[in-house]
Amino acid sequence: MSIETDNPLPSKEKKITPQPQTPWKTSGTERASSLIFILAAAAASYMTVALTPMKGILPLTLLFFIFAALFSFIRGNRSRGIVAGQDSAAGVVMAIGMFVALLPIASILYTTVSKGLPGLHRGLLFNDMSAATPTDPITEGGLSHAIVGTFVMVMISLAIALPLGLLTAIYITEIRGRFTRPIRFLVQAMSGVPSIVAGLFILSAFVYPITKTFSGLMGSLALSILMIPTIARTAEEVLRLIPEDLREAGLALGGTQWRTVAMVVVPAARSGLVTAVILGIARVAGETAPILLLTGGGDQININPVEGAMGSLPFYIWKSFFFGSEEAVARGWAGLLVLLTLVLILFATARFFSTRKVR
Amino acid sequence: MICSSSVHPFATPDCDSCPKMRLMPAPQALADAPNLPKPRVITTEPRLSDKVFRAVVTAGGLSSLVILGLIAVFLAYQGFEILVTEGLDFFTSSKWEVITDEYGDVVSYEFGLAAMLVGTMLCALVAVFVAIPVSVASALFLSFYVRGKLKAILIGSVDLMAAFPSILFGFWGFFVLMPRAEYWAMLINKYLGWIPLFAVDERVFTRSPFLAGLVLAVMIIPITTSVAREVFDQTPLDRVQAAYALGATKWAMIKAVALPYGRGGVVGGAMLGLGRAMGETVAVYTVLNIVYDINWQILFGAGGNIASLILLKFGEARPLEVQALMAAGLALFLLTLLVNFIADFIVKKSGKKGR
Repeated sequence: MSIETDNPLPSKEKKITPQPQTPWKTSGTERASSLIFILAAAAASYMTVALTPMKGILPLTLLFFIFAALFSFIRGNRSRGIVAGQDSAAGVVMAIGMFVALLPIASILYTTVSKGLPGLHRGLLFNDMSAATPTDPITEGGLSHAIVGTFVMVMISLAIALPLGLLTAIYITEIRGRFTRPIRFLVQAMSGVPSIVAGLFILSAFVYPITKTFSGLMGSLALSILMIPTIARTAEEVLRLIPEDLREAGLALGGTQWRTVAMVVVPAARSGLVTAVILGIARVAGETAPILLLTGGGDQININPVEGAMGSLPFYIWKSFFFGSEEAVARGWAGLLVLLTLVLILFATARFFSTRKVR
Repeated sequence: MICSSSVHPFATPDCDSCPKMRLMPAPQALADAPNLPKPRVITTEPRLSDKVFRAVVTAGGLSSLVILGLIAVFLAYQGFEILVTEGLDFFTSSKWEVITDEYGDVVSYEFGLAAMLVGTMLCALVAVFVAIPVSVASALFLSFYVRGKLKAILIGSVDLMAAFPSILFGFWGFFVLMPRAEYWAMLINKYLGWIPLFAVDERVFTRSPFLAGLVLAVMIIPITTSVAREVFDQTPLDRVQAAYALGATKWAMIKAVALPYGRGGVVGGAMLGLGRAMGETVAVYTVLNIVYDINWQILFGAGGNIASLILLKFGEARPLEVQALMAAGLALFLLTLLVNFIADFIVKKSGKKGR
């Protein structure tokens, strides 16, 4: 074999050539000790809660965390000294931080699903509230008007925000002119504009001087202000990922910049731009404050965005909860569940498109 | 010169026989053949299509500037009258009332935003102080303690939470968090009440700035976490490995390398979160008791919030009061713009340092 000829070592010493070993794994004893340590922390926290006047889940969880950090410190300290003790305690603290950050997500998902499920029924998606009041039994009425309204408004705002957001992203990544840095900052600043301020702006610029009535179009204008920065920033990140070679190839083939961007760069970033659009929709689908100010919130299906009050999911939820009766609150939770499902679907689709390869 | 014999072994020193040059007709031949297209004039001047393209894209790119400018102009225009008549009192007094006679005509009015400004800052600060430790710990956990599939799942869940609509946080806070947080507030008051911050005059704990701050903290944790995680993920690998090579434990490496490197990102992320928290409307409206008095006691059930005030008053507001609300909106807009500006500055500065 050629390896033998290359091997400088004499064949006698070949026997002690180190062989690849199995990778390091946690041994059984170590696993057992980790398990015992968690159980000990649980037992200690339970005992403390049982023996002292502190009661309830909160002190139990808190004490469990404290004991877990303490015990891991002691364990590390005993086996490998104080530095190892600090290290393992720090690891537990980080894990606690992660747990605390994820706890609300779990709680929100659980609450919405468990409280929203009883309110779901078949008519929910097909009826509107024109013939029912919020205090009617939950099987009366539905939120078709809200879904239709949200859909219409989101689509109009998308039609406004997509060109502007995309052009902004193209300016930042392709033109790279003298305004690039200010525009990046302005987009950043725009994403921080409070939604209620966007609502007030439309109110002062369009509703009071021009239309004098609330309508779906006014709502969509406010939503598009909130949507532009999301689309612009996501699209910018995607366009940045397009290799410079593609642009140079386009120019080298004699294309103008316009042809290169339109026929090479943007098509290459297609799936990423879909992500940008979906994230933009998800950003505004549940936006409440400007909707409350501008749309009027009707109770029946209205697909005319320029005339008449237009219902929407956030408005429906808001109205139901503030009605306060048991049925109304159940309606509110059902609405929240529908809204949450919508956002989840949008988010999952965005993930699907963004994890595909660019190109 | 171009056709040196090393490149073309068969070429003669005479350049006219170079294969590259032979393709080009001699100037005389060009003039003789009228059917041949004229050679393109080589210039750096962009084509017409490119000029149009650049103009359109630049105009679209400047839309953010135009929109932000219009927001400021229109809110200032509508709120101008109130800002002039109230003057500095608009920011220093905390009365908000319109007195009308029996015919509904306005007799006198007074609009002051001081309580709302203080309340907005208070809620946002509570949120940031709760969110920072949690975000930093979970960002470090995501950057240095997990990898592979678990990391992707955890990052996905945090990003998912950032996509939740605020109305969801609002009613979750109202129905789920509020009963519990009231009890926590009592506990804090009982054991830490000697600290002036946690003292209360009356034992009213519902709908306090503390509770609103907690809801806001839950809302901004995803933002601060992902900003901090992105900065920590960029920690130079050579420094991390140098620390390990010197025998550092993971915690020692984090203390010596990751935290100093990512400090600016964490602070910038916190500022971004602060901006979000100040502008949030519905989530605060559902859990905060709006009171027109400056209240510094975070556990006491009375607070202020500009955005919630706008939502609360808008329904029954007369034209005059709407103008005052526009002025309040302008104040909120400028405040969040300022905070975002500082956040942007800090993140940019930290990005340049130490790389």
